[in-house]
Amino acid sequence: MSTLMQGKKIVVMGVANSRSIAWGCARALEENGAEVIYTYQNDRMKKSLTRTVGEDKSMVACDVADDDNVTKAFEEIHEKHGNIDGVIHAVAFADKETLEGGVLNTKRDGYRMAQDISSYSLIAVSRAASRIMNEGGSIATLTYFGSTRAIPNYNMMGIAKAALESSVRYLARDLGPQKIRVNSISAGAMKTLAVTGIKEHSKLLQLSRDLTVDGNEVTLEEIGNVATFLMSPLSTGVTGDIIYVDKGVHLS
Amino acid sequence: MNKEEIFDKIADLIADRFEVNKDKIGPELNFKTDLDADSIDFVEFVLEMEDTFSSEIPDEEAEKLTTVQQAVDYVYNNL
Repeated sequence: MSTLMQGKKIVVMGVANSRSIAWGCARALEENGAEVIYTYQNDRMKKSLTRTVGEDKSMVACDVADDDNVTKAFEEIHEKHGNIDGVIHAVAFADKETLEGGVLNTKRDGYRMAQDISSYSLIAVSRAASRIMNEGGSIATLTYFGSTRAIPNYNMMGIAKAALESSVRYLARDLGPQKIRVNSISAGAMKTLAVTGIKEHSKLLQLSRDLTVDGNEVTLEEIGNVATFLMSPLSTGVTGDIIYVDKGVHLS
Repeated sequence: MNKEEIFDKIADLIADRFEVNKDKIGPELNFKTDLDADSIDFVEFVLEMEDTFSSEIPDEEAEKLTTVQQAVDYVYNNL
């Protein structure tokens, strides 16, 4: 086991099951010696989380839809674990109607909900997390290149990811003086719970696979390793950036 | 793998995920009406089936699976 992350405490938000990108990040972090603290949205997701990570792991409830809840979650983390060194934010949501209806038909409520959970939540989390974060800390979120391209059926989530990526850049400025970095990983499409919300996602996954440089889609381990790099002191010069971990899909 | 072995593995997945007694899982068990599976449960169950049988189940096909027997048949025919 590498000792790169020894003594570092990282909060990982968004593990839903064994296919979750957040789970790939958590495993890589743990393999490099980090202590991982997991958050879950509600009791329903706690069950899935426990099933995935095991009962012996540290878990704290955090529903990013509610600012007070976010604040309390990080206070609870602070009480139980002291200061932290990083956060992986792997949270997004849009309702089915909004996602499938096309951008032209997006209703105000659907727009608001998608932006709230998928983009604003990073701001709320960064604020709460930075209060209990050691100097040299790091925040990373997950995005997808539907933010800068119009990918068929990615729709509202592309708009939310564009806002998320912009938030990363401004948060990086705001938190710079505290020596906290903020970055995003633009992951290649993989079959996760999240992607199943996208209409015709099998086609999206196939297209994505075809566009990789070697015909093989990116793995959870590969994404997790980059997340670990971003959480580690190896990346202190990197902030406000988007790192593509998609096996070259974005080159096309 | 024969249908009995497939049934056995699927029954294991269901017993674990939906916390039901394996003895009570029969071929006619319906995911939605008998297990009260929400959409997340079902998607996760399908992902678990994919992992278990190392195969991919397209959504269009997954949506058609309402009973255990249908799941067994699908896996048997597409492995």
